[in-house]
Amino acid sequence: MTKERTLTAQLAQEIVDRAMRAGATDAEAVVVEGDEFHTKVRLGQVETLTESQSRAVGLRVFMGQRTASTSTNDLSEASLQRLVKGAVELSRITEEDPFAGLPDASEFSERRNGDGLGLFFDDVYSLPAQERIEMARAVEAAAMGADVRIQNSDGGTFTAATSWRAIANSRGFVGEYRKSYCGLGVTPIAQDESGMQRDGWSHAARTLAKLETPEEVGREAAKRALRRLGARKVKTQRATMVFDRNVSRGIIGDIFDAVNGEAVYRHASMFADKLGEQIASPLITVVDDGTMMLEPGLAGFGTLPFDGDGLPMQRKVIVDKGVLQTYVANTYTARKLKMRSTGNASRGLAGAPGIGSGNFYLEPGTQSLREMIAEVQSGLYVTETLGSGVNLVTGDYSQGASGLWIENGEFTGAVEEITIAGNLKDMYKNIVAVANDLTFRGSSASPAIRVEGMTIAGA
Amino acid sequence: MSSAVDQSSTARSTTVFHQQFGITDRLIERCLAAALERGGDFAELFFESTASNGIGVDEGIVKSASQSHSMGCGVRVLSGERTGYSYTDELTEEKLLHAARTAALIAHSVATAGVQGLRAAPSHDLYPAVTTDVEIAQKLQLVQRADRAARAYDPRIVQVRASFSDEVRHILVVASDGTYASDVQPLSRFSVGVIAKDPAADGGKGASASGTSGGGGRRDFSWYTTERTPEHYAQEAARQAILQLTAQPAPAGEMPVVLGPGWPGVLIHEAVGHGLEADFNRKKQSAFAGLMGQRVGTDKVTVADNGTMPNRRGSLNVDDEGVPTANNVLIEKGMLCRYMSDKLSAKMMGTRSTGSGRRESYASIPMPRMTNTYMLPGEDDPADILRSVQNGIYAVNFSGGSVDITNGKFVFAANEAYLIEDGKVTAPVKGVMLIGDGATALTRVSMVGHDLALDEGVGTCGKKGQGVPVCVGAPTLKLDHMTVGGTGR
Repeated sequence: MTKERTLTAQLAQEIVDRAMRAGATDAEAVVVEGDEFHTKVRLGQVETLTESQSRAVGLRVFMGQRTASTSTNDLSEASLQRLVKGAVELSRITEEDPFAGLPDASEFSERRNGDGLGLFFDDVYSLPAQERIEMARAVEAAAMGADVRIQNSDGGTFTAATSWRAIANSRGFVGEYRKSYCGLGVTPIAQDESGMQRDGWSHAARTLAKLETPEEVGREAAKRALRRLGARKVKTQRATMVFDRNVSRGIIGDIFDAVNGEAVYRHASMFADKLGEQIASPLITVVDDGTMMLEPGLAGFGTLPFDGDGLPMQRKVIVDKGVLQTYVANTYTARKLKMRSTGNASRGLAGAPGIGSGNFYLEPGTQSLREMIAEVQSGLYVTETLGSGVNLVTGDYSQGASGLWIENGEFTGAVEEITIAGNLKDMYKNIVAVANDLTFRGSSASPAIRVEGMTIAGA
Repeated sequence: MSSAVDQSSTARSTTVFHQQFGITDRLIERCLAAALERGGDFAELFFESTASNGIGVDEGIVKSASQSHSMGCGVRVLSGERTGYSYTDELTEEKLLHAARTAALIAHSVATAGVQGLRAAPSHDLYPAVTTDVEIAQKLQLVQRADRAARAYDPRIVQVRASFSDEVRHILVVASDGTYASDVQPLSRFSVGVIAKDPAADGGKGASASGTSGGGGRRDFSWYTTERTPEHYAQEAARQAILQLTAQPAPAGEMPVVLGPGWPGVLIHEAVGHGLEADFNRKKQSAFAGLMGQRVGTDKVTVADNGTMPNRRGSLNVDDEGVPTANNVLIEKGMLCRYMSDKLSAKMMGTRSTGSGRRESYASIPMPRMTNTYMLPGEDDPADILRSVQNGIYAVNFSGGSVDITNGKFVFAANEAYLIEDGKVTAPVKGVMLIGDGATALTRVSMVGHDLALDEGVGTCGKKGQGVPVCVGAPTLKLDHMTVGGTGR
């Protein structure tokens, strides 16, 4: 795995230079390179084993305020020539956009690499192939060994991956970083006389040293599949909901999509024109932090040295005790909204940068999940939602759901084939409790929350 | 090992991989041999090269134009139920042989199946070979016309985005079972999205709504200037947004549901399609496992997955394992009669591939997937179907759906739906979410219209992280009761 660290950045710089020589007034190039190992063990036998390497380049050029983009994974000389020529020709066809253009040079991040952030650990590849397969086998075995009602599975998986990413532009920014990833997961299938149910659990980390053990991941997966057995519908009614942190993460994540500057300037957000207003319960403080460290020397999952425009990542409070503080923006969106970029540019291979979160989370409360459940007379603990029934223009929220019914503070059995509905604008205001179980298993996270006044549609 | 490439066969050296990338039959032979050198019982090379273009208008400005090219080769080795996979995006001899030897690591037996004489597969001719040699100025006109038409529809339309994208995908599949198949697959799509805003709505509180429309397929460019014009898509998106401005919250609870023809066929795709993919059944993970030959729906229910429909988004001359696609009847008059299968599941289940082996790209392992999936028409008049409902929901358009195939529970979200009151379609409702389970849903289909329609060509089906283009379809149909999610009543 040794590699000349500047090769990616050199290639990005070279493509920018070629575009400028071809007549562009500004240019920006992205180079990504990666390798991945993935294996799946099902019923104790290796089912798939995948190993691969890939690399690709993306180019965005400006001709004044006209812009176009091209990308390819063919790095031959002829292909790179087509990449540059195509972008320059296409940019002449588009129309002038007064807000288009690269950031000012003064805005670029001073951090140009991942040094000191803890984004890359070479131990993800330290295990020999056979031991990686053993990890996948062990996570499945742990899930299947948990209970006699688990006799089938969709397999245990182990993944290790690393990637390089470099961005260069014609205003003098050149940056690159390397990331590592490893992950374990399993999807057991539980069965009894009531039928079959599947659920899964997984864990990911930047370093093997921080990866949960196969036993921990497998046990949790088994618990989740087993508790779904015997699920029934409940009657149509209004009820209290306690959202497990895996589900509340999505509900809080909808705040990010609604404060996305692009949705705001398009009138496509329920929070357009709501800056400074109380949009949620005073219990709600939401932060987006692109600089967060999980611990010294270990970056958060959403932490990077610079954003997709080459600007510094930032920490900002999005919602403070229920009051909307700011929208999130990249360079383009910031110009549209007459604000400053919040360092949220997210650059894929092709096209213009979009908007992505750093580490986005709801600050925890003081109550434990158990205490929160104990306070519910009658209601639903929602462990999973199904579908895509969220409308960020209107706030309308309607999802398929499954979970556990709560009666007098105790779980009384599994629930499925129902929908839960409300309006996000009301739901955020009706959050009456926030639990203390915030944990980062990815770049966004939320503790469990309790919401009043939603509708269940069932039998 | 038997000799590999049958040189007498036709059309070999004419693929883009031979001409542009210098892939010779000799190299293919060496790679297959390397892939089998540890005793695998099947080896396959999947070459792919895809060139795509896009152009978009946004806020009245032609803001974006893009081109991209992606290519590579995936090597697969099967050893029993085990799959070894490796891919490379560099089509050099060194990289291809390395990928073949990596994929071969899955196998460790002495016996080997060897390479059968390679022969060109029979194939269909379902679409024009190349559609991208159209001047970009013409595509530019398309998106500009859509922008104008949407704004002209109603002054409350405040935002319009329209885009046109097209691609040509070349594939070449060569496998040790004798497969030697190539195809050139065009695909294009037009999309319009609008936002409507009415400050006076809802008693002066104001209201906003969105609308989207689009379509396409494996079609010639002239489709967009004659059959489905930019104005058609723009007006449809605008109509939906304006309608939603006045939509009321949907009722909640169990009630009869009538689905309109076309895209509501996504119910068939989710409720039964995924559950009839052979891999889930072979592994006994589907709610339909073990039900072959048994009744799973009323006798009005006949469901097919048909990859052979000309020009459709889900159609293919050959699948991504080089097998010609077919018109597969899955459920006939309520009886389950076929699973959709790829080569691996067919081998394990002792059947034949149904031409359903598909993959997102060279970087992905093929799986049984749907193509164009629909319920066949019945004999009922759609007007009679609506008249038969006292109180229920008429859903004519959906934003999407999903299913948990293990318990068969599916959901889908409507973005255009109405109340049915005393047999008449009345007020538009919003936030309609339908939930049910596949096996039960089909037993509640009591009326099936004669008006089968397929969707306009916008669907992408996701499975295990891989997306592939598909079509869905259905006639007007009535389910006696389903659970409707909403906040009203």
